[in-house]
Amino acid sequence: MSTILEVRNATKHFGGLTAVSDVSFDVPEGSIVGLIGPNGAGKTTTFNLITGNYKADLGTIRFQGKELVGMRTHKIVQLGIARTFQNIRLFQQLTAVENVLAGRHCRTKGGLLGAMLRTPGARREEEAAVERAISELAFVNLGDRSLELAKNLATDPKLVILDEPAGGMNEQETDDLVELIWKIQERGVTVLLIEHDMSLVMRVCEQIVVLEYGERIAAGSPSEVQNDPKVIEAYLGTEEV
Amino acid sequence: MSRKLLVGYLVAAAILAVSPFMMDAYELDVLNSVGLYALLALSLNLILGDAGLFNMGHAAFYAVGAYTAAILNTRFEIPILWALPICGLAAALFAALVARPVIHLRGDYLLIVTIGMGEIVRIALVNDVFGLTGGANGIFGIARPEIFGHRVKTPVDFFVLIWGAVAVTVFLFHRLEQSRFGRALNYLREDPVAAEGSGVNTARYKLVAFALGAGWAGMAGAIYAGKMRTISPESFNFWESVVLFLIVILGGAGSIPGVLLGSFLVVALPEMFRGFATARMLVFGLVMMVMMVVRREGLLPIRTVRFRTKDVKRAEAAPKDVKGAEVAR
Repeated sequence: MSTILEVRNATKHFGGLTAVSDVSFDVPEGSIVGLIGPNGAGKTTTFNLITGNYKADLGTIRFQGKELVGMRTHKIVQLGIARTFQNIRLFQQLTAVENVLAGRHCRTKGGLLGAMLRTPGARREEEAAVERAISELAFVNLGDRSLELAKNLATDPKLVILDEPAGGMNEQETDDLVELIWKIQERGVTVLLIEHDMSLVMRVCEQIVVLEYGERIAAGSPSEVQNDPKVIEAYLGTEEV
Repeated sequence: MSRKLLVGYLVAAAILAVSPFMMDAYELDVLNSVGLYALLALSLNLILGDAGLFNMGHAAFYAVGAYTAAILNTRFEIPILWALPICGLAAALFAALVARPVIHLRGDYLLIVTIGMGEIVRIALVNDVFGLTGGANGIFGIARPEIFGHRVKTPVDFFVLIWGAVAVTVFLFHRLEQSRFGRALNYLREDPVAAEGSGVNTARYKLVAFALGAGWAGMAGAIYAGKMRTISPESFNFWESVVLFLIVILGGAGSIPGVLLGSFLVVALPEMFRGFATARMLVFGLVMMVMMVVRREGLLPIRTVRFRTKDVKRAEAAPKDVKGAEVAR
């Protein structure tokens, strides 16, 4: 399996604080990878480095061989990376269909003249976009979190990045989410996720990367990670001597 | 567009269509003024209402259009209506140029920058830049517009010209709203970070919104120049920008019918109550204050969805499985 995303020595400082320090990991194409770690470990910052919301101070991030550091977010979306936010970011005043249509923006071309004159080409494009938005809504169907995910899937992503997708979900909803993540994988989309719900992570992720204090402390399959003494220490603390 | 809104437009159009027969020249002139302000406010609505960019220097773009028309007409004898696209282009280009370095600024900061820009343009005109603008006296002797050999000169002629332009603008802007472009502006206003994260080039769309709004104001400026035959910097002072801002906010930001109603109320009502002299401005100020407390979304906050409901109905009638190869490609 080839590597779709390659993070090498990614580092990000905020003033004197090093949020992400020399982090490296690979995401194989078509896989489901989890990024875990205690609060403040730098998981979301790592996501922000990948999606261009922040610019890495050091290191490289390559997506299908293309360097992402320094690229603007909308360009990265266009390359095929879509992300959801930890605290869902929706266009509050807009309807569901309008929210999902946002994802179609980078795959459509319609401009000013086409819109004003309503040319046949522009009309067809609109029809197809709306049709796609509706079908993505039907595909996701997960309550509160649906819209953002459906919007992301509408961008024709090759990699989706989910920041705590199960946040605030009950057991039944989490089960549905697991099903959905598998369905997304079936579509040929690679998934990278941050999650605190360990049962979900262990069930769904094929590989796990563990961060603590901005550094990578472990990586591997779920069972490897679970038995890693450093990971146990990070999650449970050391014994007092 | 909803049926209700369509009926509203038809009723308004019918009332307007008979008004030349019911009104005297003065009243008609007021209505022409309303039309001009409606054109300007609709263009500002693209920037302020749809894209959420605080622009309180819109009069500057209006001025660029009006002066371009006046200069082209008096020096090169180009008929006003032929000059219209050039005026729009000049204003759009000017807007793109001055907005480029400041467009990344947020709300209040952008507001202050645009106020400064508006003032600089006015002062530049007063100081007769390039020896073309005629200084504080402005430019006079602008020829009246002509349509197919018919000279537009009476208030009724101008009524047809101006309100015709408003009708075309409303039609085109409704279409624009309901498109990829219109949606992109709304995403921008709602949450710029999420918009960028959805793949919208936010910097570019902000600039295009500015340029398009300015270009439209520039064309309105050309019509104004043809109507007044004399233009001077004082016609494009800070207060004009404030009034346009008020029309959009009071009428309902992002709502085309709201902006039209706002233009009528802000421009025509003070004229109707001229008899009360200064008291009318007091009432006007009070109304604005009360409005912002009790009805912040504006008088007619009608939001038309930014897609065609027809398309949704069609898509729902024929649900398609997205798991197909088309998606995975």
